[in-house]
Parts: sequence; C-alpha cells; structure tokens
Amino acid sequence: MRVQISIDKVRGPFVRQVEEISGQGLLDCNQCGKCSAGCPVVAAMDLLPSQVIRMAQLGMEEVLESNTIWICASCLTCVTRCPKGVDLPRLMEALRQISLRQGVAELDLGALPPELTKEVPQLAIVGGFRKYIK
Amino acid sequence: MGIPYYPGCTLSTKAQNYDRSGRAVAAALGIELEELAEWQCCGATFPLMVDDSMALIAPTRVLYQAQQAGERVVTLCAICFHVLRRSQALLERDPDMLERINWFIEQEYSGVHVVHLLEVLRDDVGWDKLAEQVVRPLTGVKVAPYYGCLLLRPHDEIGLDDPEEPTILHDLLRALGAEVVDFPFSIECCGSYLTVKEPQVSETLSMDIVASAREHGAQLIATACPLCQFNLDYPQRETEAGFTGNEMPVVYFTQLMAAALGLPEEDWGLDSHYVNPAPAIEGQRALADS
Repeated sequence: MRVQISIDKVRGPFVRQVEEISGQGLLDCNQCGKCSAGCPVVAAMDLLPSQVIRMAQLGMEEVLESNTIWICASCLTCVTRCPKGVDLPRLMEALRQISLRQGVAELDLGALPPELTKEVPQLAIVGGFRKYIK
Repeated sequence: MGIPYYPGCTLSTKAQNYDRSGRAVAAALGIELEELAEWQCCGATFPLMVDDSMALIAPTRVLYQAQQAGERVVTLCAICFHVLRRSQALLERDPDMLERINWFIEQEYSGVHVVHLLEVLRDDVGWDKLAEQVVRPLTGVKVAPYYGCLLLRPHDEIGLDDPEEPTILHDLLRALGAEVVDFPFSIECCGSYLTVKEPQVSETLSMDIVASAREHGAQLIATACPLCQFNLDYPQRETEAGFTGNEMPVVYFTQLMAAALGLPEEDWGLDSHYVNPAPAIEGQRALADS
C-alpha cells in the first residue's frame, strides 16, 4: 500500500484528537514492537497494535477501520511492558471513542445468542455497553 | 474485625457462590465483611479516556458510599477492585477532577482505601496464620493459580503484586495445602467482555489458558475474577454430546478456602459451575486421607 505522508496530516486534527482523548503523546512511541510481541489477542487482529500506533502517528484516519481497536480487550499487558511508558490501551480507547462519537455502534444486542446473554455475568454486559456503544 | 464490603452486581447475581464463600471464609478467620448499606454498580470498566469524566461518576459514588462506612473497603470481584482502586488513585492525584465529580454528585468524597480480600488475607491475617486454621488441607490437589489481568495491572495504580510474576495466589494455595501448578498462561487475558462481542476470540484465549494448565498437570484452576471464571468455564459446558472427559474445573480461591477450612459444603457453592469441581477436590483428598 502506497502511503503519502504530509505535515498537514501529521500535525492535523485527527492526531490532536487522539492525543487529547488519550492524554498520550503519539510520538513517544518509537515503534519497538514490544506491545505487538506480547499482545495475547494479536492473532485475531488485522493490524498489529504497533502498526495502529504508526498509522495514528501519521494521521491516517483509515486506522479507524481496523478491527484491532475493537479486538483490544484493555488487558494492559502492553502498558506493563512498554519501555517508553506509552499507555497504549488509552490510545486504543481514543480510537474507539472517535468511532463511537461518530455514531458507530459495535455491539448489536439483539444479535447476541440468547443462551449466552442468559448465562454471561452482568459485568460483561455492562462492560460491553461501555466499550462498544455510545 | 469488621471491614466494609462492596459485593458489586455480579456477586449479587451470577457469582453468588463467590460472594457466599468469600463471606464465609472471612468470617471463619474472624473478619466480618459488612456489606455497604447502600451501593450501586461501579461501572464495570475504568474510563481510559481523559476528556470525559462521566464514567468516573459511578465509581466515585461507590467510593463515597464506602467512605461513609470506614477507611477502607474490601472487594472480591477483580473488576470492581480494578475500577475502584484506579478511581481512588486518579482522584488522589487529580484534585480538580475530585472537585468536579464531587460537585456533580453533590457529595464530599475525600478518600477511602480500596483493597482486595487477597490483600487482607496476606497483610492482616498472614499465610502462616491461615495455614494454622486449615483443618482439611487440599493435599495432593493440583491447582493452577490464574490471575488474569485486572487484579495486577497497571502496577503503578493497582500495586497488589508483581505484575509479571505474581505470587499471592500461589502463597494462598500453598497455605491451604494444595500443590501449586505453575503454568505460563497465569497472567494472560481471557478475553474479558469480548465474550459479548467476539465470543469465538475470548473462547480461543480462554481455552488456550485451560489447555496450558492441563498440560502442566493441573486438576483445577483457581481465580479471583467472575468474568475469568465464566470465560474459562462456560466453553467447557456440557453439550448434547455430553462432556468430553477432558474438562478443567475453574473455581474461586474462596471456594478452595472454604473446603480447606472445613466449612459446611453449602458455603463452598460448588453447585453452579459448568464443570463440577467437587470430584477434583474431594477425590484427591479422599486419596490423601486413605
């Protein structure tokens, strides 16, 4: 994929929004990849966590289409290991929030199997509401 | 000794066995868990965005309710513990946010210390004292301690144990006389609330954890989190084809404590699991007794 980098995007509103919601500096990440190496759920992701950060650094809004931001379960393994102290789960949350605030809903309650909703602990449903629906 | 106790939504409903066994073992050790007079949901997720304070309102209300009851509040649910302890830490370091939330909820929350029962057992009771109270040790029962995520991370705010090489559940199980099975998935994620969005993903993660525990010789997995318990236990439920015979029961640490402390079986709460843990506990002990 050919990617055009521009100062307008790198210093654009998308980057500012991600940093404002997350409270994190995107350029603190030096792309060492430790987060991706230790992520327990990386096998289900279409982009590595470090790739998501790279795209966000470059202002590439299309990163919002990645399933990675929704597969991240905020387990906090990456933030425990990041040598630069980047709180990656907060960056993932910022990307989810930008999508949710644009009206995206990632959880269709009606589509959940009734046998699951009958059994699942309440906190999973509440957590799902908080994470996947605005 | 009485300590204010916050059960949370799941321990009042789907995980009543955790609540019951937790209260019973605490009482057996001379600790009365005094349920808060009034409480509501903690919010179930700690808010990770910094530009929106709405999600801090629920946990701050709980912290305020706890403050009315004493200087500290004990939790059993690892997720409630995580949400409340991080909220406590955030409000300690951010007085502007504290003022803002207090203004909104029209209360004067000023501070309370959120602890997990595991910490009370380690720091107030002590493992040696606990071991002295064991009347029916779990001799020969091979238990894999499973910590999951939220009980340990992030270390700077949670600080319950080493975030990469925790020992608190290991130490507890040893005090109960169990054989502790170290396995490499003890701090890996079970998928958490992905179970309502991407159940196949959380099932894969959870069954990898179970498989690893089995490969390392465990007969049981012990946890402190009702969502971990569900995610690891539910995919192993009986289907029309029956059980596979390869199931791994998943219990709360409090249930093993109840068994080891010789409490009545109704306090163990072993009847609401998808995979019945009783044979793994009692079978081994019968062998040890004979």
